[in-house]
Amino acid sequence: MTASPLALSAGLLATQSVVGAAAPATGAAALAWLLIAVPALSAALLLLAGRAADAWGHWLGVAASAFSACLGLVILVQVLGLPAADRVLGVDLWRWFGAGDLDVHLGLRLDPLSLTFVVLVTCVGFLIHVYSVAYMAHDRDRRRFFAYLNFFIAAMLILVLGDSYIALFIGWEGVGLASYLLIGFWNTADADAPQAEQFTSRENAAAAKKAFIMNRIGDVGLLAAMMACIAQVGSVAFDTVLPAAQNGAISTGWLTAIGFFLLLAACGKSAQFPLQAWLGDAMAGPTPVSALIHAATMVTAGVYLIVRSGAIFEGAPDAQLAVAVVGAITLVLGAIIGCAKDDMKKVLAASTMSQIGYMMLGAGLGPIGYAFAIFHLLTHGFFKAQLFLGAGSVMHAMGDQVNMRRFGGLRSAMKITWITMGIGWLAILGIPPFSGFWSKDRIIEAAFVGDGARPWILGTIALLGAGLTAFYMSRLFFMIFHGKARWTTAKDIEGEVHPHESGWLMTLPLVILSIFSVGLGGVLSVGNTFVSWLEPVTGHVDHATQGEPVIPATAIMIGTLALVIVGVVVAWAMYVRRDVPTVVQRSNALVEAARHDMYQDTVNEAVAMRPGQGLVLAAGASDRYVVDGAVKGLAQGTAALGRLAARTESGYVRSYAGYMLGGTVLALIAVLASRF
Amino acid sequence: MSVPVTAYVVLAGVLFTLGALTVLLRRNAIIELMGVELMLNAVNLALVTFSRMHGEVTGQVFAFFAIVVAAAEVVVGLSIVVSVFRTRRSTSVDDVNLLKN
Repeated sequence: MTASPLALSAGLLATQSVVGAAAPATGAAALAWLLIAVPALSAALLLLAGRAADAWGHWLGVAASAFSACLGLVILVQVLGLPAADRVLGVDLWRWFGAGDLDVHLGLRLDPLSLTFVVLVTCVGFLIHVYSVAYMAHDRDRRRFFAYLNFFIAAMLILVLGDSYIALFIGWEGVGLASYLLIGFWNTADADAPQAEQFTSRENAAAAKKAFIMNRIGDVGLLAAMMACIAQVGSVAFDTVLPAAQNGAISTGWLTAIGFFLLLAACGKSAQFPLQAWLGDAMAGPTPVSALIHAATMVTAGVYLIVRSGAIFEGAPDAQLAVAVVGAITLVLGAIIGCAKDDMKKVLAASTMSQIGYMMLGAGLGPIGYAFAIFHLLTHGFFKAQLFLGAGSVMHAMGDQVNMRRFGGLRSAMKITWITMGIGWLAILGIPPFSGFWSKDRIIEAAFVGDGARPWILGTIALLGAGLTAFYMSRLFFMIFHGKARWTTAKDIEGEVHPHESGWLMTLPLVILSIFSVGLGGVLSVGNTFVSWLEPVTGHVDHATQGEPVIPATAIMIGTLALVIVGVVVAWAMYVRRDVPTVVQRSNALVEAARHDMYQDTVNEAVAMRPGQGLVLAAGASDRYVVDGAVKGLAQGTAALGRLAARTESGYVRSYAGYMLGGTVLALIAVLASRF
Repeated sequence: MSVPVTAYVVLAGVLFTLGALTVLLRRNAIIELMGVELMLNAVNLALVTFSRMHGEVTGQVFAFFAIVVAAAEVVVGLSIVVSVFRTRRSTSVDDVNLLKN
C-alpha cells in the first residue's frame, strides 16, 4: 500500500478493525442514557442548591456515581450474555439538527470498547467519589467539588458512548471544561486572604487556563477531522465514516489528513508530545482530580479516539506511523522527566504521560496493538488511580506537602498506604503476576513485530522505557516510604508533621483498587479473554498471520524483567543505601533539563506564546492607529478644512465688500466670455 | 460736435470704480456710505445712457427706482451708523467685527 520502508508487511493488512452496524438496544442497555443523565442531573442539582446542600451534597454525588457504576455493570452483564457477533448495540436518542444534506442524530453506541470505558470510568469514579468525601472533608466547597466530579463523569460517558464524532466531541469539550473547573478549584482567595494563598490561587487559575488552552489546540484537530469527514462522506457518524474508510470511499490522502487531525486532537487531550506541558501543571488541582481525570480517564480519551478510528488509520499508514512515533517519543520524554522531579504528584503525572505513550504506541501499531493498548489503559487506570489516591493519603498525613525530599521512612507510620502503594508500584513496573505485566509486556512484544528497521527502533524504545519506568517509580516509592525520615520539623516553614494513617473512607478505596491492580491483568488474560472480548471492535488478530516479533517473545519478557530489576536496584542504591539530600543539588545538564520539563514551556513560549502576544499587540495597535486613526484622521481633516474656510469670516465689513466685488467681477467675466 | 455715447458709459465705469475703492479702502463709515452712493449714481448714469442708446424709456424708469431705493437705503444706513456711534463712540468700520468666526 505504501513504499515506506517502515511500513508493516502486506500480510498484516489482512486483519482490520471491525465496524459493525449497531443493533437496537433492548433491556437494560436501552436505559444506557441514564448513565449520563443521572450524574448530570446530580451535578446541576448540587450547583443550583447552593449552600443549603452543603451538609448532604457529597452523599448525593456519591449516590449518583454509584448508580452509574451499578447500571454500567448491569449493562455489561447483559451484553456478556449475548453472542460475540451481536455485541454492538445502539440507542438512538434524538435528531439534533440538519444543515443542507447533513443530518445529525445523537445516539449511544454500546460495544465492547465503549463498555470497557464505561466500567473503568464509573467504577474508578465511584471509588474516587468515596475517597473524596474524606479527602475534602475540611473544604467548605466540597459540595461544588462533587458537582464538578459528577459533571465530569457525565461528560466522559458521553465521550465514550457517543455514536458519532460530534457526540464524542460534546463529551470531549465537557471533560475539558470539567478539567478546567477542577484544576482551578482552589482559586477563590480574595484580597483579604494571606499573600501566599492569593499567589497559590492565581497559580491554580493559570494552570487551569493552560490545560484548557492546550486542550483547545487539540480540539481544532478534532474539528478539522469532522469537517473533512463531512466533506468526504457527508456524515460524522461512526456507522457511516468508518465503513467508508474501509471500503475505499475516501482517498488515502484524505485519510492521512483526517488521521493527522485526530492525532493532534489526541495529543492535546492525552498530553502527548508536543502538547504535554499542561499535565504537570494540572497537578495543582486536588489529588482526587488528578487521580480521576489526569490518570485514569480524561487523558485516555485520546487513545479511545485513535482506537475507535482504527479503520481510518488502517487506510493511512503514514498517520498510523506518526501515532506510534508520537507515543514512543512521549514514552521516553515522560520517563526522563519523571526521573528528576521531586514533587510526588509531578512524578506521577510524568508517569501517566509515559504510560499513555505506551498506549499510543500500541494503538499506532495497527490491529495487533489495539487490544493491548486498551488492556493497558484499563489496568493503568486502576493502578495509576491507586497510586494517586495513595499520594493523596500521604499528602493528608504530611500536611499537604508534596516534596519527596522531606518524606522518607513513612512505612512505619502508614502501613495500609505503604502496602497498597507498593502493590501499585509493582503493577506499574510490570512484575508478574501483577496487572501491569500482562498489558505492558504485550505492547512491547507487539512493538517488535514488523519488517525493516521499525520494529527494532520502536521495540528498543519501549524496552528502555520499561527500565526507566522501573527506576523512577522505584525512586518515588523508596523516597517516600523507605530510607531515613527527613520530615519537616518546627524549624522549617512547613512546620512539624505527624504522619498518621488515613481514615477508612480513604483507605478502603485504596484496598479495593489494589485488588484490581493485583488480579485484573491476570484474570483478563486467562484464555485471552479480554482480547477476544474486544474483537467485535478491533478485529480478530491471529498470531499466525500477523507475524512474529523479531526477537522471540520469551527473550523480550526476560529482557524487560531484567531491565526492570536493574532499575529497581539502581534506585535502591541511590535512594535507600545513600542518604537523600533534603535540598536540591545542582546536577548535570540532562537532570536540570528534566527538572524543567525538558524546557517544553520555554519552547512553547517562544514558538507560540510570544508570537501570539505580538500578534495581539499588533492587532490592537492596528485597530487603534490604523482603523480608528483613519476615522479620526478623516474627522480631523474635515475640521481643519473647516477652520481654513472660517478664515474668510474675518468680521471686517471691508473684506466682505471685497469678496462681493471679486465675485461680481468673476461673474461678469464668465457672462462676457460665454457671449463672445 | 456731440460727445460720443460711449464716453458716458466709460465715465459711469470710472465713477463706479472710484466708489468701490472708497468702500474698500476708507475706514470711516460715513465716507463708505458716500462711496456706496457714488456707485449707485454711476449705475444710474449708465442706465440712462443705455436708454438713450436704445431709444427706449425702460432704462430711465429703472433709474427712478434705483434713486428711490438709494434714498431709503441711506436713511437706514445712516441711522445704523448713528446708533453704532452712540454705543461705541467710534465710526471706524473695522470696529464692528463681533461676527468674526
